[in-house]
Amino acid sequence: MYAPTFAAPQSVDEAVRMLGADGAKPLSGGTDLIVQLKSGRNRPAAVVDLKKIPGLVGVEETSDGFVIGAATAGAQLGEHAGLVAAYPGIVEGAELIGSTQVQGRASLAGNLCNASPAADSIPCLAAAGAIAVVVGPNGEREMKVSEVPAGPGRTNLAKGEFIKCFKLKKPTANSSDAYLRFIPRTEMDIAVVGAGVNITRDGSSGPIKSATVWLGAVAPTIVEVDASCIVGTSLDDAALAKLDAAAQSVCNPIDDKRGTVEYRTKVAGVLARRAATIAFKRAGER
Amino acid sequence: MAKTHVTATINGEETEFLCDGQQTMLDVLRDEMGLTGSKEGCGSGDCGACSILVDGRLVCSCLMFGAEAEGTDIMTIEGMADGDKLHPLQQKFLEHAALQCGFCTPGVLVASKALLDKNPNPTEEEARYWLAGNLCRCTGYDKIIEAVMDAAAEMRGE
Repeated sequence: MYAPTFAAPQSVDEAVRMLGADGAKPLSGGTDLIVQLKSGRNRPAAVVDLKKIPGLVGVEETSDGFVIGAATAGAQLGEHAGLVAAYPGIVEGAELIGSTQVQGRASLAGNLCNASPAADSIPCLAAAGAIAVVVGPNGEREMKVSEVPAGPGRTNLAKGEFIKCFKLKKPTANSSDAYLRFIPRTEMDIAVVGAGVNITRDGSSGPIKSATVWLGAVAPTIVEVDASCIVGTSLDDAALAKLDAAAQSVCNPIDDKRGTVEYRTKVAGVLARRAATIAFKRAGER
Repeated sequence: MAKTHVTATINGEETEFLCDGQQTMLDVLRDEMGLTGSKEGCGSGDCGACSILVDGRLVCSCLMFGAEAEGTDIMTIEGMADGDKLHPLQQKFLEHAALQCGFCTPGVLVASKALLDKNPNPTEEEARYWLAGNLCRCTGYDKIIEAVMDAAAEMRGE
């Protein structure tokens, strides 16, 4: 009967050595990996649990911002008051994944490396310019989170590489973010469309100084919206209409039971507008 | 196949077991420990019938490898009552008839306990969202929510 070997290394170096072997897979929350292993879709020869490695679980607030261990569960993000205040959109994205039970295990790195186009935690991480610190046989390197997904189920990590942690810069004054997704139910579903927006305002009541918008579930990977049309505005109706059009213009979705191409494209514009409105308001409150 | 030797505290007792690399914590509880209160409804984290607490954190035991339990403190439904004395949640589930077939009940009780441990005074909406990962085919959920809210009030001394 199939059974992978199991190891829980205590250091990054040990994990790098183990994950260099053929067929070895890193384990963080396991909420995707275990389902895939049980269904036979993914049959790793070795499972390497990263959670015993110091720093792989937990949120650290530094003078530069935040360092989030790759295997930190969504529920733990929601319990970190500093992170919730600085990046509410990232946290609300992570806390939308699955049930309370799933949020007790599911991690940011798992969400990113499972590489579903609909991954809820990724648009806001990308909008915040989050950096993934990647380790592997050739040492350590940094990648933008937005550069990690290569397509459904595929990443740009090289063989044996895994994510050690995420770095978020300390948010500037009057900046905040928001994430919205559409699902046909109220809970426990996969995004038909997701929109993550990060906005910095020029003073607490000023116009938008900079804005970054990323969409999920409307292309093989997350896609960036050209948000220059809302910079310098206070999100009046004309600016929102331009953002709506800009969001629709980058969509390249699939037709499936969750939504048609036309529907997903239309909803992407709506969610981009609404998430921008929330992020704009939050940015004024910081 | 080499098995992993695991030492964990299960319902307050230090316990040792052996498991292979594809066995979930649910497999270990049911097949190795004889703790069959945790149920396998779906095996994919959708139904919550296998809910347990690991170091106080609510998880699906079907979405955790048994080998990951090393050094953890685990509570299952079997650890919920104090001997013959039912936990207030268990008592209220009986009083409100918050179950019919009972298959989902162990998971719902463990998840409800996790909620009240974290938030002794939840709103009905908070309770419903918290329990969204526990599927029940029989009750329509209202009686479950009534029992949880009533148990919460009793545990607060109201």
